[in-house]
Amino acid sequence: MSQSAGHALTLRSISHAFGAVVAANGIDLDIRPGELVSLLGPSGCGKTTLLKIIAGFLRQTSGDVLVDGASISHLPTHQRRIGIVFQNYALFPHMSVAQNIAYGPVAAGWPKAEVAAVVTEMLDVVQMAAFRDRLPRELSGGQQQRVALARCLAIRPRILLLDEPFSALDKNLRLDMQIEIKRLQRQSGITTVMVTHDQEEALGMSDRIAVLSRGNLEQFASPSDIYDRPDSLFVNTFVGTANLLKGEIAGLSPSGAVVRLADGSLIETGRATQLVPGARVLVPVRPEGLRVSADGADGALAADVTAVMPIGPSFIYEVALADGTPVKVVQERDETAPLSGPVFLHIKPNRISGLFADLPDDTQKKGN
Amino acid sequence: MAGAASSPSRDWALAVPLAVLFALFFIAPLGLLVSISFQTERQMTGALGLGQYAAFLTDDLNLAVLRDTLLVGVKATILCLLFGYPLAWLCTRVSARWQAALIFLIVLPIVTSVVVRTFAWIVILGRRGILNEAILALGLSAQPLRLLFSETGVVIVLAQVQMPLMVLPLITAIQRIDPNLESASQALGAGAWRTFFKVTLPLSLPGIIAGTILTYTACVTAFVTQSLIGGSRLLYMPMMIFQQAMDLQNWPFAAAVSVIFMASVLLIVALLIALSRSRAARPYG
Repeated sequence: MSQSAGHALTLRSISHAFGAVVAANGIDLDIRPGELVSLLGPSGCGKTTLLKIIAGFLRQTSGDVLVDGASISHLPTHQRRIGIVFQNYALFPHMSVAQNIAYGPVAAGWPKAEVAAVVTEMLDVVQMAAFRDRLPRELSGGQQQRVALARCLAIRPRILLLDEPFSALDKNLRLDMQIEIKRLQRQSGITTVMVTHDQEEALGMSDRIAVLSRGNLEQFASPSDIYDRPDSLFVNTFVGTANLLKGEIAGLSPSGAVVRLADGSLIETGRATQLVPGARVLVPVRPEGLRVSADGADGALAADVTAVMPIGPSFIYEVALADGTPVKVVQERDETAPLSGPVFLHIKPNRISGLFADLPDDTQKKGN
Repeated sequence: MAGAASSPSRDWALAVPLAVLFALFFIAPLGLLVSISFQTERQMTGALGLGQYAAFLTDDLNLAVLRDTLLVGVKATILCLLFGYPLAWLCTRVSARWQAALIFLIVLPIVTSVVVRTFAWIVILGRRGILNEAILALGLSAQPLRLLFSETGVVIVLAQVQMPLMVLPLITAIQRIDPNLESASQALGAGAWRTFFKVTLPLSLPGIIAGTILTYTACVTAFVTQSLIGGSRLLYMPMMIFQQAMDLQNWPFAAAVSVIFMASVLLIVALLIALSRSRAARPYG
C-alpha cells in the first residue's frame, strides 16, 4: 500500500443540536497524523453525530472541522476525501466486489489502467482477490467488511472513519478483524477515527480514546490513562468495572486525602483533591486493585463473601462490606483465601483511580 | 418465498374459494371467448377455422389500430415514469406527515369516478379549455392546440389517471434502499447525479419494472379514457372490440381481436418480467 503520511484532524468547538437536543457541546479534539482515535460512549452520547459531521453528512451548528489545519467545513461530502466504513458495510448490492472497490476511483475519473491497478492492489491488501467477481450478498460478514475497507481505502482517503465496525460480527471473528484493521491502519499510517460503544474494543485498538457523554467530551487520553486515571466518575464507571466505596473526607495529608468509609474504617487514598474535609465522596477501586484474604492487616476492611466464581486461573469474588456495599474482586487463584464467611479486603497500593464527589443521584454523571 | 410453508398440509384449502371464483368467472369466459374466436361464420354456424384471425392480421388498418394501441401505452407509461419517479423520490425524502399528504394526492385519481375525471380533463384540454386559454394568454402559441381528440391528449390523460400504479411500487422500491448506500457513494467522491444514476436508479429497478407492467396494462385497456379523450377519430383496440361485438354483432371477429390483443399485451408483460428476472434487476437476490 502506498505510504501516504497521515493527516491531522482537528475538531474546533464543534456543537450540534437537533432541535432542543444537544448532541455535541463544544467538542475540541486534536487528532495527530496516523493516530487511531476512538469515540467511546453510550448510545446518545453524540459520537455518531461527530462522525457524521467529520464525513460531511451533517453540518454542525457551530465550530470547525480541519484537516492539516485547513477547514473542510464548507466542503460537501464528496469533496472531502474522507473514507467511511459503515456498521452494515453499505456495499453496493448490485455491484461485484471489484466494481465496489472501483467505484471511488471511477467517480474521481482515474484512467482505466490505474483503476484496475488499485482494485487489484486493494483486493490483495484485504486478501480478497479470490472473490473479486462475487456479489456482496455472496460474502460472509467478515468478508464484506474487508471489501468495505478496501473500497474505502481505494480512494486514498485523508481520514478513515469506522462506524461501529465490529458490532455486526460474531465474537471470534471480531477479534480477528480488530487485529486485521489495526495492522492495516499501522501499515498505511492513515489517521483513523472509530466510533464504538464497546470499551474493550476502544481500549484494545486505540492510540487515544475520547470518552463522550451527553454531547460532552469527558476525557481524551491514552487507553491506560482512561483506565487508570479517569478524569470523571462517568469515565470511571463507563470504562471497565468500578467498585465505588462511599465515605467522607476525614483529612488531607501531603500524600493525599484520607477517607472515612461508611463502616468507620479510614483509608489513605493517595489522591489529592479539591474537596474539603467532611465532603461526601466516592472512592473508585477496580476489581483487580483489591485482594481478599483471611487475615486482617493494617487498613483491611471487614467483609462477607457473597459469591465466588472460579474461572480458571483467577477467582471472581463478590463480597459485601459491613454496611452492605457490594464489591467485586478479581484475584489470582489463592488456596489460602476463604471461599465463604467473613474475610478481609485489602486495597492494593496506588490502585485508587480517583476521588469523586458523591452527588445526589439525579446529578450523578452517569451517561443516559 | 422461503420459509412460508410452515404447515403445508391444508394450507391449499384457503385458496379454494378464490380458485373457484377464478374458474367460474375468469377461466370459463376466457375459454368461451377463445372458442368463439375460432368460429369462421359471423352467425356462428359451428364451422371452425382461423378465418377471423386471418381477417384481422391481413388488414393493414386493423394492424395499425393494434400498433397505435400498444404505442399509446408505451408513450403514456414513459410519461408516467418521467413524472412518477421524481414524485416517488420526493415521497421518500419528506417527513411522514408530508408523505401521507402526497400519497393521498397520488391515489386520488383511483378513488374518483373514471367518467368524472375524464370529463374534467375534457374541460381542461378542450379548444377553449383551461390549458389552451393559458397557452394563448402566455403567447406560447397563436392558435389553440389540438389536445382533445388527439393522441397527445390521450397520452397525457392516461399518464395522469394511471400515475398511482407507477408511483406506489416506486415508493416501495426506493424506500427499500439503505440510505447508507447513498452516503457511502458520496463519501467515495460521487456527486449527487452520479449517486443517483449509479446507486439509487439501479436499485429501484424492481419498482420501475413493477410500475411499468401495471401502468402499461392499465393504459392499453383503458376503454373510457381512450374513447372519451380520443373521440371518434382515434380508434384503439378496446373500442374496436366493443364496436365489433355490440354494434356489428360480429362476435367471432370481436373474440379473435380480443385474443390477439391479449396475446400482444401478455408478450410485452412477459418481456418485462424476463427483464426483472435478470441479475441486474434483482439487487437483493
